[in-house]
Amino acid sequence: MRRRTALKGLAAAGAFAAGARPAAASAPLAVPPDAVGLLYDATKCIGCKACVVACTEANGLEPDRSGYGEGRYQAPVALNARTKNIITLYTDPADGSSSFMKMQCMHCVDPACVRACMLGSLKKREHGIVTWRADLCVGCRYCQVACPFNVPKFEYMSAVPKIVKCELCSHRLAEGKIPACAEVCPRGAVIYGKREELLSEARQRLAAQPSRYVPKIYGEHDGGGTQCLYLSHVPFERLGLPSLGTEPAGRVAQTVQHTIYKGFAAPVALYGALAFVMFRNRKASQQGGAE
Amino acid sequence: MSVQPQPVGGSLMTRSFRALFAIAAVGFVVIFYRFAFGIGAIAAINDGYPWGIWIALDVVTGTALACGGYAVAILVYVLNRGQYHPLVRSALLTSALGYTMAIVAVTVDIGRFWNLWRVPVYFWQWNLDSILLEVALCVAVYTVVLWIEMSPAFFDRWRRSSNPRLRALATTGLPFVERNLVWIVALGMLLPTMHQSSLGAVVLLAGQRLHPLWNTPLLPLLFLVSCLGMGYAAVILESTLASALFHRRFETSMLAGLAGVVLPVQLGFVALRLADIALRGQIGALFAFDLRATLALLEIFLMLAPVALLWSPAARQRRSTLFRAALLLVGAGALYRVDTYLVAFNPGAHWRYFPSLGEMFSSFGMIALEIMAYIVIVKQFPILSGAGTARREEVAV
Repeated sequence: MRRRTALKGLAAAGAFAAGARPAAASAPLAVPPDAVGLLYDATKCIGCKACVVACTEANGLEPDRSGYGEGRYQAPVALNARTKNIITLYTDPADGSSSFMKMQCMHCVDPACVRACMLGSLKKREHGIVTWRADLCVGCRYCQVACPFNVPKFEYMSAVPKIVKCELCSHRLAEGKIPACAEVCPRGAVIYGKREELLSEARQRLAAQPSRYVPKIYGEHDGGGTQCLYLSHVPFERLGLPSLGTEPAGRVAQTVQHTIYKGFAAPVALYGALAFVMFRNRKASQQGGAE
Repeated sequence: MSVQPQPVGGSLMTRSFRALFAIAAVGFVVIFYRFAFGIGAIAAINDGYPWGIWIALDVVTGTALACGGYAVAILVYVLNRGQYHPLVRSALLTSALGYTMAIVAVTVDIGRFWNLWRVPVYFWQWNLDSILLEVALCVAVYTVVLWIEMSPAFFDRWRRSSNPRLRALATTGLPFVERNLVWIVALGMLLPTMHQSSLGAVVLLAGQRLHPLWNTPLLPLLFLVSCLGMGYAAVILESTLASALFHRRFETSMLAGLAGVVLPVQLGFVALRLADIALRGQIGALFAFDLRATLALLEIFLMLAPVALLWSPAARQRRSTLFRAALLLVGAGALYRVDTYLVAFNPGAHWRYFPSLGEMFSSFGMIALEIMAYIVIVKQFPILSGAGTARREEVAV
């Protein structure tokens, strides 16, 4: 009898929770109207790495000399806590053809790192640029787990570590300048502009020289869209850009979580049901004791 | 036949206590080093594998092991099996200590620990999309709830304290807790339901970097069920060890009952896990004969092995069988959680992670400190039921 009461209570809570309709997870974010970004054209890049050096200077970073040449060269091998922007070389093992590749924060339209961040230290701020606020970051590194591009880096060798990633030179934009990498590129391989303008520029290039490119602008829709866009003559996946589909990377996790916690109804219902069952049980046992 | 909980008593500075102290001291030297020179100075975690064993073992597995209080509370308060009530207090103590240790481990792990207090306080900055925020807030509140649930054990002793402040605290605190017990205990069941399932949802955000054998929208449910099996196992281990070490009466018949509850929990977990893998068309991946597939199969084997051991009611009455099965249960749950957080996570071919000695020694240190706290508390405060000596046992029975 008492157990049946318990089960009935829980069933009621379950029904309540199920009644909270799934579907309406928070909608994917739209492109901000003032979104800016970069367009990198791998076919134009000559691998001079002027952008890597300029980025280090513009952001006041300590050059990473650990990679090559016994400390004589700034030669980082990957994005790291001292490198927000990098040029790598991809060589096809089969035919020996090659391509350079530039990597920095993609400034996703609906970034997984922003979904992850507990207090909104990482957030899309002005121009849709994902920036980091020191006072709201506890250093949990959930952004590193979440980012499908492996972009945010962390100062593991510091007692007072920061999250390090490209913020599209937002400090320079505030002074009316453009991002350092785009400013110094001698070949116009990376250009800066409004996302809409970059997209139409990329479309024009694809239309003008279709044989030159893989027929796709990476970032137009990938992972829900990014503000940094890519053109290439080599399949994007080989350059290290993952095939994400058109959904934002954090979509599944968000849908699951928002379904369970919609309107916070399920937890409240469960709490009520648990308390109800316990009161019933206690009353029943008190009566049992009195008999 | 039931016996009121009593302090174990006896001297604290035993040889094993000094050994634990030494392990804790080594661990905290390592931890001091980490705070002075940065995480990378002692840990192998890196930009590819930002979470290592501090998170996967100390927090994600540690809190599941600390679900004894939750698992027994469901049995006693929801399913109304009052006969298990003598297990509640000691289960709650292990839970309170386990969650407290998880918070210590989090503080060691996160880089900017000085900002941690802002997470519960800065409510206007809360990112309600963040699954980790929900886990963090739930764990914080639940840890407080656990110590409140535990508080009658402390008040019991402090009522007779010579310190008037402690006496006053006990005389006002005890009736308050007793009056609001239902609401507190209900909260103590709601919060683990929320954050133990959300611990599964946390890694879902890794998206396609999580291996398909573990990457499923059912992660929250699987994590919730797995914490129950681990919780019951933790109670069996804790009770058996405490009885053996402190020369108290074994609670075998109650533990046998728990073991009976474990069977459907484990079978349910394996059924869910296999059905999920099959429905997502990943059966092939389970037999790929690589490291990940082997570990996934090992998980399932470890989940089922205790079921086989505990199948017959007679086997469940044997202390050694109960103990072995509980170890297997803990191993199964721990492997599932570590696999989901570390093995299934693949940030790219050139990233490697294997826990460093620093991570291991600091973890051992934190665990040793937790066990020391357990010993101090059960010796000083009325936690354990069952009579202390053979003579008392005769009186009690």
